[in-house]
Amino acid sequence: MTAVSPAAPRRTRPAPDRTLLLVLTFLATSALLLVSHNGELLGRLGNLGGLLRNPIVEAVVVSLFLANVLFAYLWRAAPWAKALVGLGSLLLVLPWAGQEDTSLLDLSIQIMIFAALALGLNIVVGLAGLLDLGYVAFFAVGAYLWGIFASPRFSEILRYYGENPGATNASTLAFGLFLTAVTAASMVYIRRQVVRPTRASTWSFALASFGLVAGLILTGRALLVLGASRAAGLATGIDANFFWLFLALSVLAAAIVGVLIGLPVLRLKGDYLALITLGLGEVIRVLANNLDLYSAGSQGITPIKSAAVPWFDRLAGALGFQPDQYYLLFLYVLVLVMIAIILMVNIRLDRSRIGRAWIAIRDDEVAAQAMGVPLVQTKLIAFATGASFAGVMGMIFAAKQTFISPESFNLFQSIGVLSMVILGGMGSFPGVILGAAVVTLLNLRILPGLGEATANLGLPQQVNPGQLQRLIFGVILVTMMLLRPEGLLPNRRRALELHHEEDQEDDSAKGSGPALTAGGGDVYSPGLAPQKEDERAGGAQ
Amino acid sequence: MDLATLLPFIVNVVVGGLVLGFVYAIIALGYTMVYGVLQLINFAHSEVFVTGAVVGFEVFRVLAPNPMNGYLKLLIALVAAMVVSGLLNVLIERLAYRPLRNAPRLVPLITAIGVSLILQDVLRVIEGFQGRFDLTYTLPEGFSGKFCSAESSCVALGNALRTVGIDLQLKDVILIVVGLVSLAVLNYLVGRTRLGKAIRAVAQDRVTAGLMGIDANRMISATFLIGGALGGISGVLFGIKFGTVNAYSGFDPGIIAFTAAVLGGIGSIPGAVLGGLVLGVIQNLIGVTNIFGGLLGIANLEAIDASYQRIGAFIVLVLILIFKPTGLLGKSNVEKV
Repeated sequence: MTAVSPAAPRRTRPAPDRTLLLVLTFLATSALLLVSHNGELLGRLGNLGGLLRNPIVEAVVVSLFLANVLFAYLWRAAPWAKALVGLGSLLLVLPWAGQEDTSLLDLSIQIMIFAALALGLNIVVGLAGLLDLGYVAFFAVGAYLWGIFASPRFSEILRYYGENPGATNASTLAFGLFLTAVTAASMVYIRRQVVRPTRASTWSFALASFGLVAGLILTGRALLVLGASRAAGLATGIDANFFWLFLALSVLAAAIVGVLIGLPVLRLKGDYLALITLGLGEVIRVLANNLDLYSAGSQGITPIKSAAVPWFDRLAGALGFQPDQYYLLFLYVLVLVMIAIILMVNIRLDRSRIGRAWIAIRDDEVAAQAMGVPLVQTKLIAFATGASFAGVMGMIFAAKQTFISPESFNLFQSIGVLSMVILGGMGSFPGVILGAAVVTLLNLRILPGLGEATANLGLPQQVNPGQLQRLIFGVILVTMMLLRPEGLLPNRRRALELHHEEDQEDDSAKGSGPALTAGGGDVYSPGLAPQKEDERAGGAQ
Repeated sequence: MDLATLLPFIVNVVVGGLVLGFVYAIIALGYTMVYGVLQLINFAHSEVFVTGAVVGFEVFRVLAPNPMNGYLKLLIALVAAMVVSGLLNVLIERLAYRPLRNAPRLVPLITAIGVSLILQDVLRVIEGFQGRFDLTYTLPEGFSGKFCSAESSCVALGNALRTVGIDLQLKDVILIVVGLVSLAVLNYLVGRTRLGKAIRAVAQDRVTAGLMGIDANRMISATFLIGGALGGISGVLFGIKFGTVNAYSGFDPGIIAFTAAVLGGIGSIPGAVLGGLVLGVIQNLIGVTNIFGGLLGIANLEAIDASYQRIGAFIVLVLILIFKPTGLLGKSNVEKV
């Protein structure tokens, strides 16, 4: 990719220093946000207050405020100003405004949850080039993991097993543990011993893994049956302090599910993979819908606990928050920390050997393999990493909503996250976060606001903007792909790549967009045979 | 349990599955045509097919008071659906896929998903303006009865079928006939005509076909037209089979049909049909596992009900892609569309 970049001349000219402008914008929008979310002050402002209360105006104010953080990233300014705007906005102004209007905190948490999801999907799609349409399944894994244990569901499961113990007793537990240990050990042993797999080794490995699954099921069942006597004590689920343990477990569980799903399907080509992941995502949703004992079916699980953190509550109280806002504020800070960690992991991974391997695979699988990149392993790591982010956020989502049902995890959600990644720019971390913010704002504030505003205009219910989410997602996907496939805040490498191809085929007066002028010629360009295209997309076959 | 009661039951389930399979097969043909030529999963095909179903609904609704022959109404509905869906498909290709012909493969795929979402909402809005969401087909007189019932002249045939245990509805027979006819026409079109030859040439190698004087863009448009027309037919058949359609009901049959195309070996016309029939039967069998479970006394089977049907399709898809990615009628003897 050493083509002359169209962006190259632009970079030679330094951007003007906008420190002052940045700080001024920050102050102005913060003031606007604080005023527009202060009910008492709005009441005194009369007409102006009414205007600021308008849902669309409010959405615009919130967007303007969030744009600050974007400016801090984009503009050339003194580091202190950037830090002030970034930290000040997220740690000071948002919680402060949220004190008056809890829905603002709620919105920020949603944005950050989706930003984390988008960052996870970005690893899979943007970096490794594997189109995953069932991403929300991992989100569901995390959500249900916490949801089942931290709600009355758990005691109901225990009660069920108490009433239907079957032949289970303490020796079943012992046998289950023994089986698990033996089979796991033999799997490791076989792995170690066998250099080149033979038929016998493959079969014995399969047998051992089957035994491992059986052992785990026996152990789990025995634990449930033996714990059934405590069902009454767990009527509202397990202790809230297990939250931290489950935070780690949800990462693990989602990563394991990611590997399990990835292992059989990663050999497939790009679009087959998309279809399979879509299917598996649906399978998880159908299971959640039908395994009534564990997931309460389509009614969903409620109420789900959140963590209990007394010192944080005291701190929040001292800062003037109401007791009913404590848990939201706590989740806000938690999500903020999580996203910081995820972002850091992302950046480190991107610069690491693994990150480069991902990009190599995305660009040309065959060449990457020839250069010694282990394909399956590298793809699995991408899948598992992306999944683990989704898992942890799923758990926080469950704690925030206190209610989860299979409806929250349908295909449409996956496509929503995908459109965030695409809107922001595949492979670009700030872009993906921007995409998540834009799409979430659009979904939760702007569209409902427009819907409310147009409700009085006598517009028919069918074209109410609040209900046109699919159309808007579709338009985002199509227009971005047609006009700006590299996204709003492109990853430089990817932008070069996408435009590199264009420069090759039509380097003349066609402008910066792709070949929209659909002449017949583009098909016959020499050297662009379809076979070659297939391999570029990463076909393993 | 009792074989004498079970056997006719199984026969009926299988026959019902075959009838369903014809609908899937024709949708699958739409996927397979486009995939064969462009190597693109046309996600929007499921919406093209729903458009056909909606057009069919409108035709039947408008013609309902008209005393003309029921089969004529059906023909009008089919032709209208073919025309609308075919043109829609061509339009989609022209606006959304053609500009991306040389982009990396992920790009048109994402576009296809976007187009599919857009079409869903457009359909919903259009029908919503008339205050409709679930469109219930009002079939012409007599279409809902049994095949060869007492009044008609083919009583003997009907009785013969019933003695073997096959109990067909008239609409099932219509479905099979329409399916077979369109299959035959498609086979002729692709296998015997100049157009078909050119399409196959483009599918094989677009660049070389261009050098031989074939306008690849026109051939791709033609493929989309044919695929869309097939989608229109299958939409009407789907509406007749299931009775109701809404803007979002394309997803499930779309996925199943794509599975069928992959199962048969994507790009192959007989493969798509075979895959459709197999999946139709599998789906019908999953739908009645609870009855089997009851008959055979297996409790676990009873818990599996119709909601697991789509899981069945996905599991077939996963298995086929893992173990035989070329499909049942493997690539070596595939006649590429």
